[in-house]
Amino acid sequence: MVRLNVNGVERSFDGDPEMPLLWYLRDILGMAGTKFGCGMALCGACTVLENGSAVRSCSTPMATLAGKNITTIEGIARPGLHPVQKAWVEANVPQCGYCQPGQIMQAVALINSKRKVTDQEIDEVMSGNICRCGTYQRIRAAIKAAAQETA
Amino acid sequence: MITIENVSRRGFLGGMLWTGGFVLCARLLPQALWAEDSSEAPIAGTVLHPTIFVGINADGTVHVVAHRSDMGTGTRTSLPRVVADELDADWARVKVHQAVGDASYGDQDTDGSHSIRDFFDVMRQSGATARLMLVTAAAGQWKVPVSECSTDTVHTVAHPKTARTLGYGELALAASRLPVPKKEDLKFKPRSAWRYIGKPSAHYDVEDLCTGKPVFGMDVRREGMVYAAIAHPPVLGGKIKSFDDKAALQVRGVSQTVAIEPFKPPHQFQPLGGLAVIADNTWSAFKGRKQLQIEWDNGSNASFDSDSFRKEMRETSRKPGKVVRNIGDVDAEFGKGGKIFEADYYTPLLAHVSMEPPVAVAEYRAGKVVVWTCTQNPQAVQETVAKVVGIKKEDVTCHVTLLGGGFGRKSKPDYAAEAALLSQKLGKPVKVVWSREDDVKFDYFHTTAAMYLKAALDANGKPTAWLQRSVFPPIGSTFGVDVKLGDSGEMAMGWSNLPFDLPNHRAENGEASAHVRIGWMRSVANVYHAFAVQSFADELAHAAGRDPLEYLLALIGPGRIMKEDPDPSQDDPSAVNYPFDTARLRQVTELAAEKAGWGKRKFAKGTAQGIAVHRSFLSYVATVVEVEVSDDGAVTIPRVDTVVDAGTIVNPDTVRAQFEGAAVFGTSIARSGEITASQGVIKQSNFHDYPVTRMNQAPYQVNVHIVDSEALPAGVGEPGVPPFAPALCNAIFAATGKRVRELPLSRNGFS
Repeated sequence: MVRLNVNGVERSFDGDPEMPLLWYLRDILGMAGTKFGCGMALCGACTVLENGSAVRSCSTPMATLAGKNITTIEGIARPGLHPVQKAWVEANVPQCGYCQPGQIMQAVALINSKRKVTDQEIDEVMSGNICRCGTYQRIRAAIKAAAQETA
Repeated sequence: MITIENVSRRGFLGGMLWTGGFVLCARLLPQALWAEDSSEAPIAGTVLHPTIFVGINADGTVHVVAHRSDMGTGTRTSLPRVVADELDADWARVKVHQAVGDASYGDQDTDGSHSIRDFFDVMRQSGATARLMLVTAAAGQWKVPVSECSTDTVHTVAHPKTARTLGYGELALAASRLPVPKKEDLKFKPRSAWRYIGKPSAHYDVEDLCTGKPVFGMDVRREGMVYAAIAHPPVLGGKIKSFDDKAALQVRGVSQTVAIEPFKPPHQFQPLGGLAVIADNTWSAFKGRKQLQIEWDNGSNASFDSDSFRKEMRETSRKPGKVVRNIGDVDAEFGKGGKIFEADYYTPLLAHVSMEPPVAVAEYRAGKVVVWTCTQNPQAVQETVAKVVGIKKEDVTCHVTLLGGGFGRKSKPDYAAEAALLSQKLGKPVKVVWSREDDVKFDYFHTTAAMYLKAALDANGKPTAWLQRSVFPPIGSTFGVDVKLGDSGEMAMGWSNLPFDLPNHRAENGEASAHVRIGWMRSVANVYHAFAVQSFADELAHAAGRDPLEYLLALIGPGRIMKEDPDPSQDDPSAVNYPFDTARLRQVTELAAEKAGWGKRKFAKGTAQGIAVHRSFLSYVATVVEVEVSDDGAVTIPRVDTVVDAGTIVNPDTVRAQFEGAAVFGTSIARSGEITASQGVIKQSNFHDYPVTRMNQAPYQVNVHIVDSEALPAGVGEPGVPPFAPALCNAIFAATGKRVRELPLSRNGFS
């Protein structure tokens, strides 16, 4: 039995301990905002926060999550949009939108840890998240806008 | 109730509508625009619904149907905004509903960059129809002439003389009792009065997309649903010889396995066959599949090897092929002696890898199937599912979710057919989830191509004769057994319609067999044809010691309407309204150079610009790429300037986004895109061995310049891709002196 906290709600899980957090969120809890993209921590579509740090939920087994706090895209509004989400909407970042929950969660982790971000830092942190539509230019602009907002 | 405006000589292939995005052989426009809407239509319950695309309720909410799929190109926003504009509706009071697959809407196959082109007028008619009915209703209540009323006040009808207004909601019931006006009686707003068309707008769904709310195909859940992962035959056409599923059945959550019959050639959109593992969640299905022991009969494609196939294609490209365009006599000119320049180009197989892999949920019940899926083509889902399950297509309902990318892959509904077949066998709703490995290995690949070009040059380095030969396994191989030549659609993608002013020109196409499934991917044959033609033009410029821009413009020659042979409107009737105008091609080329500061900026060693221009999907696009190459071959792209003339633009922000994205998509093709096979098995499997462009590899700044035009609307989703790779490679040559004739760059010592 694994006890964990998802978006402020206490949960317990007694299924296959190898099951990645991604599928627990999506198929067991029915929280589909976190996306499946590769299953190998290569694309970042499944990014969530584990105790505030960005992790790839597709490669995070449930067995490792006892006592952890998980935050997903459904859990960052505070209420109203998170500054990162606001910046995303203002820049009209998404095209298809499928990777954007992962991009946003990665950006939230970045903004939370730094008030001012350089292009290089954005590149380093965000290059683990693939966007096949190619919205990178707008993601970069949105992160800078969000960083200013929270500064 | 479909009007088939023109069925091409190709018509139907193998009993299935030939749905190539690049060949719009049958243009389906809704005839039933003013008829009863289907029971599935979300506007059926509205008070006033004069067409199948628009409805208005008493509370004033305007409901608009989006019948095209949205995979990120923004059609769910742009087409409804055309309705809202012509209706003078308040965009904030418009609700958009995604249509199910239904032939009443006309063509729903969202590819070929033609949503706006084909439905701009249809949407305007819907808006104008509703507006005229509302105005007529108001005029009737006020007993004033219709001509004295206006809708300039937005969402209301006004009678300025008496300072009276009535809201659309208040008028809906009265308007609904009026006869629906004929098309001839409609009055359209002048361009100067457009309030949304041509103005930037955010996506209708943007806030939802940023909060994780929308339902993609991957997110569909049905009561009692089971999950399936399918072990597909590793080689196309392979069959199961024997299997052992004991270990798979031991996996927690796995309930059973189900065999799926192999397809009957041609494969079209049929399931590939294989063995499905059924479980109560996705993870268990994946885990169980890993435990399967299957012995395969791989069949005849097991001899397919990319390296030897590449050599074969190159040999074919050096022999005469089928002539697809002939002007003058190239052989006579080559026979005169003088300076000859020739070059071979090669591009590999590519996979689409949309971020959302193929996925579908299907529910079979009492001879009917309901499907929920991320599809570009819900009517093909209906047809394919009906055929595979053995029911009528009218008994298949296809709900279209949002698409996590498509790029042409999701026009092919094999995955939906798998779900339907499994649901029929199991008697419960089934969700088929493709892993990334399934997606990479079992794609309908963008084809590989070998191209040979040869020119005879005069004293100034200008070609007096130009021969080009293209060899590739064609898309037709997916729809017919043993199809080895491209069709006129593939040829008209930058090959048979070379827009250069040449006295002698011959374009040819050589035969090649397919050993994997071939399909269309964003920009299709334009990708490899533009790469060869625009690289060759640049090579000739350098060989002549001339500036590539000046040389390219000289090749294009004076502005003129180019005669295309074969006439593209044979395949695409609306193309008749879009003559190939080389003046527009010149204009985008000159503008791109100007915006990029061509010839005006000083660059450090290892930095340079390259230019390329290409017309596709009836739009004219020129791109200048600036590249920095380090001593060890590391390539960075600081800046891209791209100019697009797509005629009338509905949403400039979407256009910008599509061209920003095309530069990234083009970067993926140029940098690292390569699918290879050995013994018929695809070697790549996921983003580690099939890398796509990440933020740190993408162009840093993409400047999109939109030509202000009142010409008819043309394509936007695809045309940004073709000129990108040649412009990049031309820049690399200018920076390093190294010519890239084979993609990707990683084959050429660049990273």
